[in-house]
Amino acid sequence: MPNLRDLSSVACIVGVDESDEMGTLPHKSQLSLHVEAVTNAVRDAGLKMSDVDGIFTAGQHSPATIGEALGITPRYVDGTTVGGCSFIIMVGHAVAALHHGLCDVAVISHGESGRSQVGVSPRRDTAIPGQYEAPYGFGPAPTMFGLITTRHMHQYGTTLEQWAQVAVSTRKWAALNPKALRREPITVDDVLKARPVVWPFTVLNICLVTDAGGAVVLTRADRARDLAKKPVYVRGLGEGTEHVSLTQMKDLTFSEATRISGDKAFRMAGVGPSDFQHIMLYDAFTSGPPIMLESLGIAKRGEGVRFFEEGRSTPGGSLPINTNGGGLSYTHTGMYGIFPIIEAARQLRGECGARQVPNLRTSLVNGMGGMLSAAGTLVLSNER
Amino acid sequence: MEIDRPLPNPMTPEAKPYWDGLREQKLMLPRCNACGHVFWYPRVACPKCHARDIGWVQSKGRGTLHSFEIGHQSFNKAFKVPVPYVLAMVELAEGPRMLSNLINVEPDPKKLKCDIPVEVVFQKLTDEVTLPLFQPAGR
Ligand SMILES: [Zn+2]
Repeated sequence: MPNLRDLSSVACIVGVDESDEMGTLPHKSQLSLHVEAVTNAVRDAGLKMSDVDGIFTAGQHSPATIGEALGITPRYVDGTTVGGCSFIIMVGHAVAALHHGLCDVAVISHGESGRSQVGVSPRRDTAIPGQYEAPYGFGPAPTMFGLITTRHMHQYGTTLEQWAQVAVSTRKWAALNPKALRREPITVDDVLKARPVVWPFTVLNICLVTDAGGAVVLTRADRARDLAKKPVYVRGLGEGTEHVSLTQMKDLTFSEATRISGDKAFRMAGVGPSDFQHIMLYDAFTSGPPIMLESLGIAKRGEGVRFFEEGRSTPGGSLPINTNGGGLSYTHTGMYGIFPIIEAARQLRGECGARQVPNLRTSLVNGMGGMLSAAGTLVLSNER
Repeated sequence: MEIDRPLPNPMTPEAKPYWDGLREQKLMLPRCNACGHVFWYPRVACPKCHARDIGWVQSKGRGTLHSFEIGHQSFNKAFKVPVPYVLAMVELAEGPRMLSNLINVEPDPKKLKCDIPVEVVFQKLTDEVTLPLFQPAGR
Protein backbone atom coordinates (compact mmCIF):
# COMPACT_ATOMS: atom_id res chain seq x y z
CA MET A 1 0.00 0.00 0.00
CA PRO A 2 1.33 3.45 -0.87
CA ASN A 3 2.00 5.53 2.22
CA LEU A 4 1.57 9.33 2.12
CA ARG A 5 4.47 9.71 4.54
CA ASP A 6 6.84 8.36 1.83
CA LEU A 7 6.53 11.71 0.00
CA SER A 8 7.37 13.81 3.06
CA SER A 9 10.62 15.81 2.75
CA VAL A 10 11.81 14.02 -0.40
CA ALA A 11 12.08 17.37 -2.20
CA CYS A 12 12.91 20.94 -1.29
CA ILE A 13 12.21 24.47 -2.41
CA VAL A 14 15.66 25.72 -3.40
CA GLY A 15 14.93 28.94 -5.26
CA VAL A 16 12.26 31.65 -5.02
CA ASP A 17 11.81 35.15 -6.40
CA GLU A 18 9.46 37.67 -7.91
CA SER A 19 9.69 39.48 -11.25
CA ASP A 20 12.14 42.43 -11.43
CA GLU A 21 9.31 44.84 -10.67
CA MET A 22 5.79 44.53 -9.25
CA GLY A 23 2.86 46.93 -9.30
CA THR A 24 1.54 48.77 -12.36
CA LEU A 25 3.72 47.70 -15.30
CA PRO A 26 2.20 48.78 -18.64
CA HIS A 27 5.66 48.34 -20.21
CA LYS A 28 5.80 44.57 -19.54
CA SER A 29 3.85 41.71 -21.06
CA GLN A 30 2.45 38.86 -19.03
CA LEU A 31 4.95 36.47 -20.62
CA SER A 32 7.87 38.74 -19.68
CA LEU A 33 6.74 38.63 -16.05
CA HIS A 34 7.02 34.81 -16.19
CA VAL A 35 10.48 34.94 -17.73
CA GLU A 36 11.79 37.51 -15.25
CA ALA A 37 10.51 35.54 -12.25
CA VAL A 38 11.91 32.22 -13.44
CA THR A 39 15.30 33.73 -14.30
CA ASN A 40 15.50 35.31 -10.86
CA ALA A 41 14.38 32.19 -8.97
CA VAL A 42 16.80 29.90 -10.85
CA ARG A 43 19.63 32.33 -10.05
CA ASP A 44 18.51 32.38 -6.38
CA ALA A 45 18.90 28.58 -6.33
CA GLY A 46 22.40 28.77 -7.77
CA LEU A 47 21.27 26.74 -10.80
CA LYS A 48 21.45 27.36 -14.55
CA MET A 49 18.37 27.62 -16.76
CA SER A 50 19.63 24.57 -18.63
CA ASP A 51 19.28 22.54 -15.40
CA VAL A 52 15.49 23.02 -15.50
CA ASP A 53 13.65 20.03 -16.96
CA GLY A 54 10.19 20.33 -15.40
CA ILE A 55 7.82 23.24 -16.02
CA PHE A 56 4.66 23.87 -14.05
CA THR A 57 2.37 26.82 -14.68
CA ALA A 58 -1.29 27.80 -14.39
CA GLY A 59 -3.41 30.43 -16.07
CA GLN A 60 -3.46 31.67 -19.64
CA HIS A 61 -0.09 30.37 -20.81
CA SER A 62 0.64 26.67 -21.15
CA PRO A 63 3.85 25.16 -19.77
CA ALA A 64 4.92 24.71 -23.41
CA THR A 65 4.71 28.47 -23.94
CA ILE A 66 6.81 29.10 -20.85
CA GLY A 67 9.39 26.50 -21.90
CA GLU A 68 9.67 28.04 -25.33
CA ALA A 69 10.00 31.57 -23.93
CA LEU A 70 12.75 30.39 -21.57
CA GLY A 71 14.52 28.48 -24.34
CA ILE A 72 14.38 25.08 -22.68
CA THR A 73 12.84 21.75 -23.64
CA PRO A 74 11.25 20.26 -20.52
CA ARG A 75 10.68 16.54 -20.15
CA TYR A 76 7.86 17.04 -17.66
CA VAL A 77 5.02 19.60 -17.80
CA ASP A 78 1.93 20.36 -15.72
CA GLY A 79 -0.71 22.99 -16.46
CA THR A 80 -3.25 22.26 -13.74
CA THR A 81 -5.44 25.36 -13.56
CA VAL A 82 -7.95 25.37 -10.72
CA GLY A 83 -7.63 29.00 -9.68
CA GLY A 84 -5.08 30.98 -7.74
CA CYS A 85 -4.02 28.07 -5.52
CA SER A 86 -2.82 26.12 -8.56
CA PHE A 87 0.80 27.05 -7.83
CA ILE A 88 0.50 25.71 -4.28
CA ILE A 89 -0.98 22.48 -5.62
CA MET A 90 1.85 22.30 -8.17
CA VAL A 91 4.44 22.17 -5.40
CA GLY A 92 2.81 18.85 -4.54
CA HIS A 93 2.78 17.73 -8.16
CA ALA A 94 6.45 18.71 -8.49
CA VAL A 95 7.40 16.77 -5.36
CA ALA A 96 5.74 13.63 -6.74
CA ALA A 97 7.38 14.07 -10.16
CA LEU A 98 10.82 14.70 -8.63
CA HIS A 99 10.45 11.71 -6.30
CA HIS A 100 9.79 9.38 -9.22
CA GLY A 101 12.53 10.87 -11.41
CA LEU A 102 10.11 12.31 -13.97
CA CYS A 103 12.17 15.48 -13.75
CA ASP A 104 15.17 16.66 -11.71
CA VAL A 105 14.70 20.41 -11.41
CA ALA A 106 11.13 21.71 -11.35
CA VAL A 107 10.13 25.32 -11.88
CA ILE A 108 6.70 26.63 -10.97
CA SER A 109 6.08 29.86 -12.86
CA HIS A 110 3.51 32.62 -12.48
CA GLY A 111 3.20 35.83 -14.45
CA GLU A 112 0.10 37.95 -14.69
CA SER A 113 -0.55 41.38 -16.10
CA GLY A 114 -3.61 41.60 -13.87
CA ARG A 115 -3.72 45.37 -13.76
CA SER A 116 -2.34 46.55 -17.10
CA GLN A 117 -3.60 43.56 -19.16
CA VAL A 118 -0.57 43.53 -21.48
CA GLY A 119 -0.39 40.37 -23.61
CA VAL A 120 -3.51 38.92 -22.04
CA SER A 121 -6.21 37.04 -23.96
CA PRO A 122 -9.78 38.29 -23.43
CA ARG A 123 -12.05 36.21 -21.24
CA ARG A 124 -15.00 34.43 -22.80
CA ASP A 125 -18.21 33.50 -21.09
CA THR A 126 -18.66 29.86 -20.43
CA ALA A 127 -22.00 28.11 -20.11
CA ILE A 128 -22.49 28.43 -16.37
CA PRO A 129 -21.50 32.02 -15.50
CA GLY A 130 -22.81 33.33 -18.84
CA GLN A 131 -26.18 31.72 -18.32
CA TYR A 132 -26.84 31.66 -14.59
CA GLU A 133 -24.69 34.44 -13.08
CA ALA A 134 -24.01 37.37 -15.44
CA PRO A 135 -27.67 38.34 -16.09
CA TYR A 136 -28.04 39.21 -12.37
CA GLY A 137 -24.89 41.33 -12.15
CA PHE A 138 -22.58 38.63 -10.79
CA GLY A 139 -19.11 38.58 -12.27
CA PRO A 140 -15.78 39.27 -10.62
CA ALA A 141 -14.78 37.58 -7.38
CA PRO A 142 -16.11 40.23 -4.94
CA THR A 143 -19.66 39.61 -6.21
CA MET A 144 -19.30 35.97 -5.16
CA PHE A 145 -17.16 36.03 -2.03
CA GLY A 146 -19.55 38.55 -0.47
CA LEU A 147 -22.23 35.84 -0.37
CA ILE A 148 -19.90 33.59 1.64
CA THR A 149 -19.15 36.51 3.95
CA THR A 150 -22.78 37.56 4.54
CA ARG A 151 -23.77 33.99 5.38
CA HIS A 152 -20.88 33.68 7.85
CA MET A 153 -22.05 36.90 9.55
CA HIS A 154 -25.59 35.53 9.74
CA GLN A 155 -24.55 32.16 11.11
CA TYR A 156 -21.82 33.20 13.56
CA GLY A 157 -22.51 36.87 14.27
CA THR A 158 -19.18 37.92 12.73
CA THR A 159 -19.05 41.70 12.23
CA LEU A 160 -17.72 44.13 9.65
CA GLU A 161 -15.35 45.45 12.33
CA GLN A 162 -13.88 41.96 12.78
CA TRP A 163 -13.26 41.47 9.06
CA ALA A 164 -11.63 44.91 9.01
CA GLN A 165 -9.12 43.70 11.64
CA VAL A 166 -7.74 41.30 9.01
CA ALA A 167 -6.92 44.23 6.71
CA VAL A 168 -5.36 46.19 9.59
CA SER A 169 -3.16 43.27 10.71
CA THR A 170 -2.01 42.54 7.19
CA ARG A 171 -1.16 46.19 6.54
CA LYS A 172 1.07 46.18 9.65
CA TRP A 173 3.12 43.42 8.02
CA ALA A 174 3.19 45.26 4.68
CA ALA A 175 4.74 48.26 6.45
CA LEU A 176 7.74 45.99 7.18
CA ASN A 177 8.08 44.67 3.61
CA PRO A 178 9.89 47.03 1.19
CA LYS A 179 8.30 45.16 -1.75
CA ALA A 180 4.72 45.74 -0.54
CA LEU A 181 2.66 48.13 -2.64
CA ARG A 182 0.57 49.68 0.17
CA ARG A 183 2.53 50.39 3.34
CA GLU A 184 0.78 53.33 5.06
CA PRO A 185 -0.98 52.33 8.31
CA ILE A 186 -4.77 51.88 8.32
CA THR A 187 -7.41 51.57 11.06
CA VAL A 188 -10.64 49.60 11.37
CA ASP A 189 -12.48 52.86 10.78
CA ASP A 190 -10.55 53.47 7.55
CA VAL A 191 -11.67 50.06 6.28
CA LEU A 192 -15.32 50.60 7.24
CA LYS A 193 -15.45 54.09 5.68
CA ALA A 194 -13.59 53.25 2.47
CA ARG A 195 -15.46 53.26 -0.85
CA PRO A 196 -18.25 50.66 -0.81
CA VAL A 197 -17.87 48.15 -3.66
CA VAL A 198 -20.29 45.38 -2.87
CA TRP A 199 -21.59 45.17 0.70
CA PRO A 200 -20.22 43.62 2.93
CA PHE A 201 -16.99 44.77 1.26
CA THR A 202 -15.44 48.20 0.96
CA VAL A 203 -12.44 48.55 -1.30
CA LEU A 204 -10.09 47.91 1.67
CA ASN A 205 -11.65 44.46 2.22
CA ILE A 206 -10.59 43.47 -1.29
CA CYS A 207 -7.13 42.56 -2.58
CA LEU A 208 -5.00 44.78 -4.78
CA VAL A 209 -4.91 44.27 -8.54
CA THR A 210 -1.30 44.30 -9.77
CA ASP A 211 1.12 43.14 -12.45
CA ALA A 212 3.80 40.73 -11.21
CA GLY A 213 5.46 37.38 -11.61
CA GLY A 214 6.77 34.84 -9.15
CA ALA A 215 8.59 31.53 -9.41
CA VAL A 216 9.61 28.63 -7.20
CA VAL A 217 12.34 26.07 -7.97
CA LEU A 218 12.38 22.58 -6.45
CA THR A 219 14.72 19.64 -6.56
CA ARG A 220 15.24 16.38 -4.64
CA ALA A 221 16.52 16.71 -1.08
CA ASP A 222 19.93 15.07 -1.75
CA ARG A 223 20.76 17.63 -4.46
CA ALA A 224 19.17 20.51 -2.54
CA ARG A 225 21.77 20.36 0.19
CA ASP A 226 24.56 21.37 -2.24
CA LEU A 227 22.84 24.44 -3.69
CA ALA A 228 23.14 28.16 -2.96
CA LYS A 229 20.48 28.58 -0.27
CA LYS A 230 19.29 26.72 2.79
CA PRO A 231 16.79 24.09 1.57
CA VAL A 232 13.14 24.35 2.56
CA TYR A 233 11.67 20.87 2.97
CA VAL A 234 8.17 20.12 1.70
CA ARG A 235 7.03 17.99 4.63
CA GLY A 236 3.36 17.84 3.74
CA LEU A 237 1.18 18.64 0.74
CA GLY A 238 -2.48 18.36 -0.10
CA GLU A 239 -5.06 19.51 -2.60
CA GLY A 240 -8.81 19.34 -3.10
CA THR A 241 -11.70 20.79 -5.06
CA GLU A 242 -15.34 20.96 -4.09
CA HIS A 243 -17.21 23.18 -6.54
CA VAL A 244 -16.82 25.99 -9.02
CA SER A 245 -20.25 27.64 -8.97
CA LEU A 246 -21.07 28.98 -5.54
CA THR A 247 -24.55 27.44 -5.73
CA GLN A 248 -22.85 24.03 -5.55
CA MET A 249 -20.95 24.73 -2.30
CA LYS A 250 -22.50 22.62 0.44
CA ASP A 251 -21.92 25.08 3.29
CA LEU A 252 -21.04 28.66 2.35
CA THR A 253 -19.23 29.15 5.66
CA PHE A 254 -16.90 26.16 5.40
CA SER A 255 -14.53 25.09 2.65
CA GLU A 256 -14.55 21.35 2.13
CA ALA A 257 -11.70 21.67 -0.39
CA THR A 258 -9.60 23.44 2.24
CA ARG A 259 -10.36 20.78 4.84
CA ILE A 260 -9.43 17.94 2.48
CA SER A 261 -6.17 19.60 1.41
CA GLY A 262 -5.18 20.41 4.99
CA ASP A 263 -5.95 16.95 6.38
CA LYS A 264 -3.75 15.33 3.75
CA ALA A 265 -0.86 17.76 4.26
CA PHE A 266 -0.99 17.46 8.05
CA ARG A 267 -1.07 13.65 7.94
CA MET A 268 1.85 13.51 5.52
CA ALA A 269 3.92 15.86 7.68
CA GLY A 270 2.88 14.21 10.92
CA VAL A 271 1.75 17.56 12.39
CA GLY A 272 -1.44 18.89 13.94
CA PRO A 273 -3.26 22.18 13.30
CA SER A 274 -1.48 23.87 16.25
CA ASP A 275 2.09 22.97 15.23
CA PHE A 276 2.84 26.08 13.14
CA GLN A 277 4.75 29.22 14.10
CA HIS A 278 3.89 31.05 10.87
CA ILE A 279 0.94 30.90 8.48
CA MET A 280 0.46 32.16 4.92
CA LEU A 281 -3.18 32.27 3.74
CA TYR A 282 -4.67 33.43 0.44
CA ASP A 283 -6.24 36.78 1.31
CA ALA A 284 -8.18 37.91 -1.73
CA PHE A 285 -10.78 39.19 0.78
CA THR A 286 -10.57 39.97 4.49
CA SER A 287 -13.05 37.20 5.27
CA GLY A 288 -10.95 34.53 3.51
CA PRO A 289 -8.18 33.89 6.07
CA PRO A 290 -10.54 33.47 9.06
CA ILE A 291 -12.71 30.99 7.13
CA MET A 292 -9.57 29.11 6.01
CA LEU A 293 -8.38 28.86 9.63
CA GLU A 294 -11.78 27.40 10.53
CA SER A 295 -11.81 24.97 7.59
CA LEU A 296 -8.27 23.78 8.43
CA GLY A 297 -9.28 23.09 12.05
CA ILE A 298 -6.87 25.74 13.39
CA ALA A 299 -9.78 27.84 14.70
CA LYS A 300 -13.23 26.73 15.90
CA ARG A 301 -16.12 27.43 13.52
CA GLY A 302 -16.94 31.15 13.63
CA GLU A 303 -13.82 32.04 15.64
CA GLY A 304 -11.15 32.53 12.95
CA VAL A 305 -11.43 36.32 13.20
CA ARG A 306 -10.23 36.18 16.81
CA PHE A 307 -6.67 35.44 15.62
CA PHE A 308 -6.72 38.89 14.02
CA GLU A 309 -8.73 40.98 16.48
CA GLU A 310 -6.70 39.69 19.45
CA GLY A 311 -3.44 40.62 17.72
CA ARG A 312 -2.06 37.07 17.47
CA SER A 313 -1.58 37.47 13.70
CA THR A 314 0.30 40.81 13.82
CA PRO A 315 4.02 41.65 14.10
CA GLY A 316 5.10 40.52 17.57
CA GLY A 317 2.01 38.30 17.92
CA SER A 318 2.07 34.61 18.83
CA LEU A 319 1.05 33.34 15.37
CA PRO A 320 2.18 35.65 12.55
CA ILE A 321 -0.14 35.46 9.51
CA ASN A 322 0.53 36.84 6.01
CA THR A 323 3.88 38.40 6.85
CA ASN A 324 4.52 39.68 3.30
CA GLY A 325 1.53 42.01 3.56
CA GLY A 326 -0.72 39.62 1.67
CA GLY A 327 -2.86 40.07 -1.39
CA LEU A 328 -4.51 42.90 0.54
CA SER A 329 -1.38 45.09 0.77
CA TYR A 330 1.69 43.51 -0.90
CA THR A 331 0.63 42.32 -4.34
CA HIS A 332 -2.25 40.43 -5.96
CA THR A 333 -2.08 39.73 -9.66
CA GLY A 334 -5.23 37.61 -9.92
CA MET A 335 -3.76 34.17 -9.27
CA TYR A 336 -1.87 35.02 -6.06
CA GLY A 337 -0.84 31.50 -4.96
CA ILE A 338 2.87 31.65 -5.88
CA PHE A 339 3.54 34.57 -3.52
CA PRO A 340 2.67 32.95 -0.16
CA ILE A 341 5.07 30.10 -1.06
CA ILE A 342 7.86 32.61 -1.78
CA GLU A 343 7.29 34.36 1.55
CA ALA A 344 7.20 31.13 3.57
CA ALA A 345 10.48 29.99 1.99
CA ARG A 346 12.15 33.33 2.74
CA GLN A 347 10.90 33.24 6.34
CA LEU A 348 12.19 29.67 6.80
CA ARG A 349 15.59 30.73 5.42
CA GLY A 350 15.67 33.70 7.82
CA GLU A 351 15.91 36.33 5.06
CA CYS A 352 13.05 38.62 6.07
CA GLY A 353 14.76 41.43 8.00
CA ALA A 354 12.34 43.63 9.96
CA ARG A 355 9.47 41.19 9.43
CA GLN A 356 11.42 38.00 10.21
CA VAL A 357 9.52 35.58 12.46
CA PRO A 358 12.03 34.50 15.14
CA ASN A 359 12.97 30.84 15.77
CA LEU A 360 10.81 29.65 12.88
CA ARG A 361 10.84 25.94 12.03
CA THR A 362 7.48 25.06 10.52
CA SER A 363 5.33 27.19 8.26
CA LEU A 364 1.87 26.56 6.80
CA VAL A 365 0.85 27.71 3.33
CA ASN A 366 -2.81 27.41 2.37
CA GLY A 367 -4.55 28.93 -0.60
CA MET A 368 -7.84 28.85 -2.39
CA GLY A 369 -8.80 28.69 -6.02
CA GLY A 370 -12.01 30.41 -7.09
CA MET A 371 -14.44 30.95 -4.25
CA LEU A 372 -12.95 28.47 -1.73
CA SER A 373 -13.65 26.07 -4.60
CA ALA A 374 -10.21 24.48 -4.78
CA ALA A 375 -7.45 24.48 -2.21
CA GLY A 376 -3.80 23.62 -1.76
CA THR A 377 -1.94 23.20 1.51
CA LEU A 378 1.81 22.90 2.20
CA VAL A 379 3.69 22.16 5.41
CA LEU A 380 7.15 23.67 4.93
CA SER A 381 10.13 23.38 7.25
CA ASN A 382 13.82 24.25 7.42
CA GLU A 383 14.47 20.84 8.99
CA ARG A 384 13.78 17.49 7.49
CA MET B 1 -38.01 48.88 -23.02
CA GLU B 2 -34.22 49.01 -22.94
CA ILE B 3 -32.60 45.78 -21.85
CA ASP B 4 -30.79 46.61 -18.62
CA ARG B 5 -28.90 43.32 -18.16
CA PRO B 6 -26.52 41.01 -20.00
CA LEU B 7 -28.58 38.38 -21.82
CA PRO B 8 -27.74 34.78 -21.00
CA ASN B 9 -24.95 33.71 -23.33
CA PRO B 10 -24.60 30.96 -24.38
CA MET B 11 -27.98 29.29 -23.82
CA THR B 12 -26.98 25.64 -23.75
CA PRO B 13 -29.03 22.71 -25.11
CA GLU B 14 -29.26 20.93 -21.75
CA ALA B 15 -30.94 24.04 -20.30
CA LYS B 16 -33.58 24.41 -23.04
CA PRO B 17 -36.55 23.23 -20.91
CA TYR B 18 -35.53 25.81 -18.27
CA TRP B 19 -35.49 28.73 -20.72
CA ASP B 20 -38.63 27.44 -22.48
CA GLY B 21 -40.43 27.23 -19.11
CA LEU B 22 -39.50 30.78 -18.13
CA ARG B 23 -41.14 32.14 -21.30
CA GLU B 24 -44.39 30.65 -19.94
CA GLN B 25 -43.76 32.05 -16.44
CA LYS B 26 -42.78 28.65 -15.11
CA LEU B 27 -39.61 27.98 -13.13
CA MET B 28 -38.57 24.50 -14.28
CA LEU B 29 -35.92 22.51 -12.43
CA PRO B 30 -34.07 19.37 -13.52
CA ARG B 31 -35.04 16.27 -11.55
CA CYS B 32 -33.45 12.84 -11.58
CA ASN B 33 -35.93 10.17 -12.65
CA ALA B 34 -33.85 7.49 -10.91
CA CYS B 35 -33.47 8.93 -7.40
CA GLY B 36 -35.84 11.93 -7.39
CA HIS B 37 -33.08 14.46 -6.65
CA VAL B 38 -34.03 17.99 -7.77
CA PHE B 39 -30.86 19.90 -8.61
CA TRP B 40 -29.46 23.11 -10.06
CA TYR B 41 -27.93 23.78 -12.64
CA PRO B 42 -29.15 21.69 -15.63
CA ARG B 43 -26.87 18.75 -16.42
CA VAL B 44 -27.25 15.53 -18.40
CA ALA B 45 -26.40 13.31 -15.40
CA CYS B 46 -27.65 13.40 -11.81
CA PRO B 47 -24.99 14.91 -9.51
CA LYS B 48 -26.24 12.70 -6.65
CA CYS B 49 -26.68 9.18 -8.08
CA HIS B 50 -25.02 9.82 -11.50
CA ALA B 51 -27.95 8.36 -13.47
CA ARG B 52 -28.41 9.68 -17.00
CA ASP B 53 -32.22 9.81 -16.81
CA ILE B 54 -33.18 13.45 -16.18
CA GLY B 55 -36.68 14.94 -16.24
CA TRP B 56 -38.10 18.32 -15.22
CA VAL B 57 -40.43 19.57 -12.47
CA GLN B 58 -42.07 22.95 -12.01
CA SER B 59 -40.85 24.77 -8.90
CA LYS B 60 -43.45 26.36 -6.64
CA GLY B 61 -41.22 29.43 -6.90
CA ARG B 62 -40.80 29.81 -3.15
CA GLY B 63 -37.71 29.67 -1.00
CA THR B 64 -35.51 31.61 1.34
CA LEU B 65 -32.82 34.26 0.93
CA HIS B 66 -29.77 32.12 1.67
CA SER B 67 -27.32 35.01 1.33
CA PHE B 68 -27.09 38.45 -0.26
CA GLU B 69 -24.91 41.41 -1.15
CA ILE B 70 -25.59 45.03 -2.04
CA GLY B 71 -23.99 46.06 -5.32
CA HIS B 72 -22.67 49.63 -5.20
CA GLN B 73 -21.35 49.55 -8.75
CA SER B 74 -21.93 47.56 -11.92
CA PHE B 75 -19.35 44.89 -12.71
CA ASN B 76 -20.38 44.45 -16.35
CA LYS B 77 -20.96 47.16 -18.96
CA ALA B 78 -24.20 45.49 -20.00
CA PHE B 79 -25.58 45.45 -16.43
CA LYS B 80 -27.37 48.79 -16.10
CA VAL B 81 -29.70 48.15 -13.16
CA PRO B 82 -29.42 51.30 -10.98
CA VAL B 83 -27.22 51.02 -7.89
CA PRO B 84 -27.59 49.96 -5.16
CA TYR B 85 -29.13 46.62 -6.05
CA VAL B 86 -29.39 43.29 -4.24
CA LEU B 87 -27.41 40.25 -5.43
CA ALA B 88 -29.02 37.16 -3.98
CA MET B 89 -28.53 33.46 -3.45
CA VAL B 90 -31.96 31.85 -3.08
CA GLU B 91 -32.55 28.42 -1.60
CA LEU B 92 -35.66 27.02 -3.28
CA ALA B 93 -38.15 24.93 -1.26
CA GLU B 94 -37.34 22.04 -3.61
CA GLY B 95 -33.72 22.11 -2.36
CA PRO B 96 -31.38 23.67 -4.90
CA ARG B 97 -29.81 27.10 -4.60
CA MET B 98 -29.64 29.61 -7.46
CA LEU B 99 -28.27 33.10 -7.99
CA SER B 100 -30.62 35.96 -8.79
CA ASN B 101 -31.60 39.44 -7.63
CA LEU B 102 -33.93 40.39 -4.80
CA ILE B 103 -36.24 43.17 -6.04
CA ASN B 104 -39.10 45.27 -4.65
CA VAL B 105 -37.10 45.76 -1.49
CA GLU B 106 -34.97 48.53 0.02
CA PRO B 107 -31.33 47.66 -0.75
CA ASP B 108 -30.19 48.26 2.83
CA PRO B 109 -28.26 45.56 4.71
CA LYS B 110 -29.92 46.66 7.97
CA LYS B 111 -33.33 45.82 6.51
CA LEU B 112 -32.42 42.49 4.97
CA LYS B 113 -31.74 39.20 6.69
CA CYS B 114 -30.64 35.77 5.54
CA ASP B 115 -33.37 33.11 5.52
CA ILE B 116 -36.34 35.48 4.96
CA PRO B 117 -39.01 33.88 2.73
CA VAL B 118 -38.92 34.92 -0.93
CA GLU B 119 -40.96 34.20 -4.05
CA VAL B 120 -40.19 34.27 -7.75
CA VAL B 121 -41.11 37.22 -10.01
CA PHE B 122 -40.71 36.71 -13.76
CA GLN B 123 -39.00 39.49 -15.70
CA LYS B 124 -39.34 39.35 -19.47
CA LEU B 125 -36.28 40.79 -21.25
CA THR B 126 -36.90 39.71 -24.87
CA ASP B 127 -39.24 37.33 -26.67
CA GLU B 128 -36.61 34.65 -26.05
CA VAL B 129 -35.48 35.47 -22.54
CA THR B 130 -37.38 35.75 -19.28
CA LEU B 131 -35.42 35.72 -16.00
CA PRO B 132 -36.50 34.48 -12.58
CA LEU B 133 -36.03 37.30 -10.03
CA PHE B 134 -37.20 37.14 -6.42
CA GLN B 135 -38.99 39.40 -3.93
CA PRO B 136 -39.90 39.03 -0.26
CA ALA B 137 -42.82 36.57 -0.04
CA GLY B 138 -46.40 37.78 0.36
CA ARG B 139 -45.99 41.26 -1.08
ZN1 LIG C 1 -30.19 10.69 -9.14
